[in-house]
This record gives sequence, structure tokens and C-alpha cells, in this order.
Amino acid sequence: MAASPAAPAKRAEKSIRSRPALYDAHSVSIPTTSVDAVIQSLKLTDDQLRHTYQQMLDIRHFEEQCNRAFRANKVGGYLHIYIGQEAVSLGTLSDYQPGDQALSSYRDHAHCLVLGSDPGQIMAEIYGKSTGVSRGKGGSMHLFDKAHGFAGGYGIVGGNVPLAVGIGWALKHAPEYKGKGNICVCYLGDGSMNAGGFHEAMNMAQLYELPILFVLENNKYAMGTSVERSSANTDLASRVDSYAMAHSKVDGQDYFAVRGAASPIIAAMRKKPAPYFLEAVTYRYSGHGAADGAETQSTYRDSAEMDVWKERDPLRILEQNLRDRKVIDDDSHETMDKKALEMARAAAEFAENSPVCSPEELTQDVYAD
Amino acid sequence: MPKMGDAMEEGTLISWHKQDGETVKSGDVIAEIETDKSNVEIEAEDAGVLHIQAQPGAIVAVGKVIAIIGDAPAASNGSSTNGSSTNGSGTAPKASSPVQARTNGAKPEGKTGSDETVMGGEGAQYKMDTADDKDIARLAPTTHSKEETGPTENMTYADAIRLALQEELDRDEKVFMLGEEIGQYQGTFKITKDFLEKYGPERILDTPISEAGMVGLTVGSAMMGLRPIIEFMTLNFALVAWDGIINHAAKILYMSGGQFNVPCVLRGPGGVGVQLSAQHSQDLAHWYANTPGLKVVVPATPADAKGLLKAAIRDNNPVVFTEHAGLYRTKGDVPTDPDYVVPIGVADIKREGKDVTIVSYSRGTMLALAAAEQLAAEGIDAEVVDLRSLQPLDLDTVINSVKKTHRAVVVQEQWLFYGVAAEFAAQISSAAFDYLDAPVERVAGAFVPMPYSRVLENLAVPHEAEIIAAVKKTLERSA
Repeated sequence: MAASPAAPAKRAEKSIRSRPALYDAHSVSIPTTSVDAVIQSLKLTDDQLRHTYQQMLDIRHFEEQCNRAFRANKVGGYLHIYIGQEAVSLGTLSDYQPGDQALSSYRDHAHCLVLGSDPGQIMAEIYGKSTGVSRGKGGSMHLFDKAHGFAGGYGIVGGNVPLAVGIGWALKHAPEYKGKGNICVCYLGDGSMNAGGFHEAMNMAQLYELPILFVLENNKYAMGTSVERSSANTDLASRVDSYAMAHSKVDGQDYFAVRGAASPIIAAMRKKPAPYFLEAVTYRYSGHGAADGAETQSTYRDSAEMDVWKERDPLRILEQNLRDRKVIDDDSHETMDKKALEMARAAAEFAENSPVCSPEELTQDVYAD
Repeated sequence: MPKMGDAMEEGTLISWHKQDGETVKSGDVIAEIETDKSNVEIEAEDAGVLHIQAQPGAIVAVGKVIAIIGDAPAASNGSSTNGSSTNGSGTAPKASSPVQARTNGAKPEGKTGSDETVMGGEGAQYKMDTADDKDIARLAPTTHSKEETGPTENMTYADAIRLALQEELDRDEKVFMLGEEIGQYQGTFKITKDFLEKYGPERILDTPISEAGMVGLTVGSAMMGLRPIIEFMTLNFALVAWDGIINHAAKILYMSGGQFNVPCVLRGPGGVGVQLSAQHSQDLAHWYANTPGLKVVVPATPADAKGLLKAAIRDNNPVVFTEHAGLYRTKGDVPTDPDYVVPIGVADIKREGKDVTIVSYSRGTMLALAAAEQLAAEGIDAEVVDLRSLQPLDLDTVINSVKKTHRAVVVQEQWLFYGVAAEFAAQISSAAFDYLDAPVERVAGAFVPMPYSRVLENLAVPHEAEIIAAVKKTLERSA
């Protein structure tokens, strides 16, 4: 409590100086991707590409709406925003098929949106209303949508990773799923890789050859602790070599890079179940949580780093790629952007106007009948 | 009788795995003995003809002969070879050597041909053979239950668990098991003996020593509609997976707004053992019972173990099923009807009485029954309520009993503070205060990590004597 005012600045200076280059994958190169090659090999139509862009706009506007709602005190608890990482969930969920399951950490809004959950119900959940996807019981961190294959957002770092092993087991062995080629996509952050359960799960997933795509969203910080300060081996994907698991790295800011890597992996996994570890190198533009403001962020990262990463905004990269290919133009861009904004506002309005949870809901769903 | 530990003075011959007069090879498992802390198999040291000198059930002092291996007719009873061997020649009996034992930590070699449960690894350490347990073994079959049960078969608690698992594996293809050493090794306590062969590796899954991963596999697959049963080698090892149990299994139904239920059973042996020291000897069932979303089952008898385990497997919630390793060898009549199910959340009056209510669960129920029998000899008529589950808890049965007897003693193996006894003391004083003639008494383990020393351990673990003293205290208070 009695630390001198100079102390935090000093600490920040030290941590920044010990950091390597501002934009890198921890000194490991990432393959470059030919956008045209991905479009051609996946036979992506202009309509599909526009839909993808609309989805990314939706996530961005939805998250910005969440931020506004939090500041307006409409949202309680924690709020973990996904802005900056949109290409990762979108690029890995574009091949979703009914029966597939996805689960993530607490930074889970985008995954649920991409899977097709109703934005109003997601926002209502974040508002803590009984019309929410989890009926107001979970909140921002614990979105669940069984009908859309979202097996949940989880609040304990690394806690969801062992669950993926069980989901993968069921998709491979349960009478209901056996032989159908369904997969589990498990999202995790760089922080979870240092938790014990992660390692047990990796070993078991590979040992039992389960159809799980582990997507590491390496946004370079576990809350305020950088990968360099927490991981002895900063080449994170390579760490699953210990479990003989296949892995690769992609540029998580580039939708086509992520999609181009994920699609063939998923196609192969549907034919022959086996796990895969895909590291998407990305960056969160927001703080860890809504409470992690600019001042706190200055203790662990500097604005110059942010500037570099903002030049690689996934939304701008996708936009430019589509403009270059005449898939979108100024007019269509404006229309789509407006549509996303309206979606987010409508979601907030729905949440706002939804009834609060009734007292009798308190004891519902503690136990199943 | 080989000496298997510094403190060992005698051993009980459980069974012969070879016949008298049978020719055995060096290394053959020929017998099983029970010591004060484990069951061990005895191997033949030499090849030859087995001449049995002691019968199953016999308690034999260390150093005494239980059999002679030679090539001549049996030596007369009582002859001592005392480990010496004379290199025989001519027509004299060839080298006769008393058999030596080995602990059962190694993989059993094929079928033993015995009905006795052979325990290996951690299992061996759990065997209890105290005076208390002898009482328990005798009391178990005399306990009664009100359910109409149909035909029964006398079997051990362990076999009743095995039977329940087998019946449910047969009944529902969504049921599967996972755990350490449950398949190829046949189970640490042999609960899953022959299961791998019968059900295959997709339903009897051997896992690495990865409790967090195992619970993850359990919870995730249950969310997808399977009905996994995880066998913890002992419940002590579940502690490393508590994030999965408490923060995931128990809460996913609630925080998903009722979308994903987690129908699974987390089972394994627990409770206090004999000289297993601090990390392997404790009853933690109440910790789970403190968590909404979990059910907690604590059977005391073989029949309840079977019926409650079947209920647990069919339940749509995560159920922590705590087996007491000290009860595994106790026997009782078990209904053979594959639809015999004991509902979770219904306590059972195991002994009716009018003077005092003794509430307990798991092995504590057996201690309570033993205490009640001793009290009866003194003219004190105790009622024993076996909770059978800690969550949900059956308050009505306990409260109604206390209203009848006006006195209550709650018995638990766990540490005193914040426990089951404290809970029932509070519940009873809230719901039946006007009926009480004395404060509710608690009998519990000492508030210390379990010591290894037998002398200290005896001080740390509750016995009948403490129950009897507590009962008398309630009677004196109200006299």
C-alpha cells in the first residue's frame, strides 16, 4: 500500500524492456497465407464471403455494445471482450456441422454468436435476464446454447480443456454420435497452458485419438502476465509435441489464414478422429476484463504495442481482402456495418426489455429430475 | 506363516489356491493370507507336491508351518521345517520349504480359482482386520431394510458393488466406466474383475493417473448424454480433480440454465483405514455434500451398496458414491433382482429402539449397530438411523426418530468441526427442540491428520466405546 508513486511505472518499464519484438509469434515464424488459394480450395462464394464479413462485423458491434452496457451499469460482474480476436473463432467455426460441439473460456460471446445463437438471448444473458441463453444463471462468462452446439463458456482458466476430452470421447464412442464425423472445437487461452489439467487433457485426447480441435487463442497475455513472463517455452504450440499431438501456428488476425488452416484439419478429423492443436497468434484490444482499464494495462503492455497490433485489425484485414476482390464496396460495406450495429442495438433493447429473473428461479436447475 | 511386517505376529489363512497333494511349480500362487493390514498371496518357493498343514480360517503365528512342499507324503502335523532345507537324496523327502508370501502389488497371474477377493496395489493397504470389523462382518447380515426385496444372495459389499455395475452396464449401453487399473489389471479392489473382457475397451477405459483429465472426460461425456462411472482408486485422489467436480460437474446444469445435465457417478473407496496415515485415511464425503448440484451416497451394507449404486447410475445428476474400504469384505443378503434400486435420499432405520437415536452412515452405521448391541445388554434400547445419503438428506426420518427417543447421537469418522454431526445437531435442535431431553452429542474423529502410529490412530478414530459413552451422556443429562 505504501509503494512510492514511481513504483508501478518502473515495473512496467522493466517488463516492457524484457519483451521481444512487438508483433511476433514469440520468435517463431508463422506461415503466410494466399487468400486466393484459400478461396479457391474451399470454393468460397462471394455470398459466403459477405456472410463471413457480416459475422465479423456482428461480433465487433456486439462487443462494443457490451462495453457500452457495462459502462452504463446494465451489466454486472465481469465482462471479457473479444475485440481483436474475431478471426480466430470465425475461422475455426466456419466449418461447423450439426452435432459438432464447441466450448471456450469466459471470453465466449463471439463463439456463441458465430454458432448462431440469438444475439438478443446472448445479450439478455449478459444482462442477467431470464430470457438469456442460460436463463440468467450464467452471465457473460457462462453462455451455453445446446441447440446450437455451444457446450459452454467456463470461468476457471483451463477448466474447459478436460471437458473437451469427454465431449470428444462421446462424439467418437456414444451410440448417438458414433461414426458421424462430428468434432469438438475447444478454445483456450495462452494462460491455460500452464495449468495442470491442460496437460492431462492433451495426453488423454491424443492417447484416445479423440476428434478435438484445440484452438489456442494466444493473445499474448494471461490477464496481465505475458507469455514471456509465464512460459519457459514460448513456442506454445510446440509444447504439445510432448503428447505427440499434431500442431501448427496461424496468423490469428487473418480470417483466411485461420480458415485455410482449420478447414483441412477439420475435414481430416471427421474422417479419422484425432486431435489437433492449432495456435492462432492474436491480440486483444481490450483489457483482460472491463475493469482492466488503460491505467492498469500500462503496467503490462505499452501503447506502441497496441498500435502495431491495431494495424493488423482482423476486421480491416478481411475488409481489405474483400474490397480487393470486389466482393464488397463502399455501399455494401456501409449497409453491412449498419446492419451489425442495428443487430447489436436490437439485442441490447431485447435484453433491456426482458423481465428480470423471478425469485422461484433461484432454486430451479440445481438438480435434474 | 511368513512375516510381512514388523508388527505382524500372526496371519489368517484365507484360502488355498492349490489342492492338498497337488503338484505346484516354483512361483505358483498357492494361498492367500490376511494380515493386520493387507491381504497377500503366497507363492511356492520350490516345485513339488503341496502338503497342506493348516485349514482356511486358521490364525497362524508367524514362523509356524502352513504347508510343506516336497515330493513325499505329508509330514506329520506339527513338524517344523523352520525354513531349513536338507538337500534330499535317495528316498528321503526332498527339500521341503515353507512357502513364502509376496505382497500383491504385482499384477495377479491369471485366475486364482478362488472366490476370495484378491486385492492388489492400493487395495492391499486398505484391508482392515480390527476387532471392530469382525463385529461389523457379523452385524451386516442382520441389518434390515423395509423394502420388499425378493430373492437374495449372501455376498460381500464389494461384490454387491460389482453386481450393480454389471447389471447397469448390461442394461444401458450409455453406461461406461473409466479409472486407473480398472481394465487390464482387473481393478485395484477387483471390483471390475473380468469387465474389460466382457465389455471391451470402449466401456471399460483404463486411464493414466490423471484425475483432472478423468473427471473432465466424465463430465464432458455426461454432458453429451453418456453415463460415465469414474472409479477413483481411492477417493483421496479425487482431491486433485476438485475443480472438475465442484466447479464443473456440480454447476454446469445450473449455470447453463438447465440445458446440460451431468449424469455421472464418481465412486471409489474412502473412509479411515488401518495405518494408512494422513493422506489415505479420511472421510471427506461431507465436503461434497456441502456443494449444491452433487448428490452424495454413503452406503453401509451390501444390499444398500447395490441398490444405491444402481440408483446413482440411473440418476440424472453427478453422484459421489463413497464406498468404505473397511466394509468391502463385510457380507450381507443382497437382492438379486436387477431392478432392485434403493432411492437416494431415504434414510433407513437399521435398528429400532426407544431410548436414543444414533444417526450415522457408511461404516459409522456399523459401529453404531455394534454399540447398540452392547447397550442392549445394559438395558438401553438404541435406534440406529442409517442416513444412506448425505445429499439429499432425509431429515424426516431422523427428526421423527428423535421425537420418539428424545435423544440423539450423531456418529462420523470425519473431523469434528463443520461436519455431518454438526449439521444434524443443528437440524434436530431446530426441528425437534421441544422433544429433546439432552443436547445432541457428536462422535467424531480427532481434529488431527490421521497418524500412522497404531496407538495414536486408535485415539483419532471413533469406536463403539465413544458411541456408548455419548449415548450414556445423553441419558445422564436427562436422568
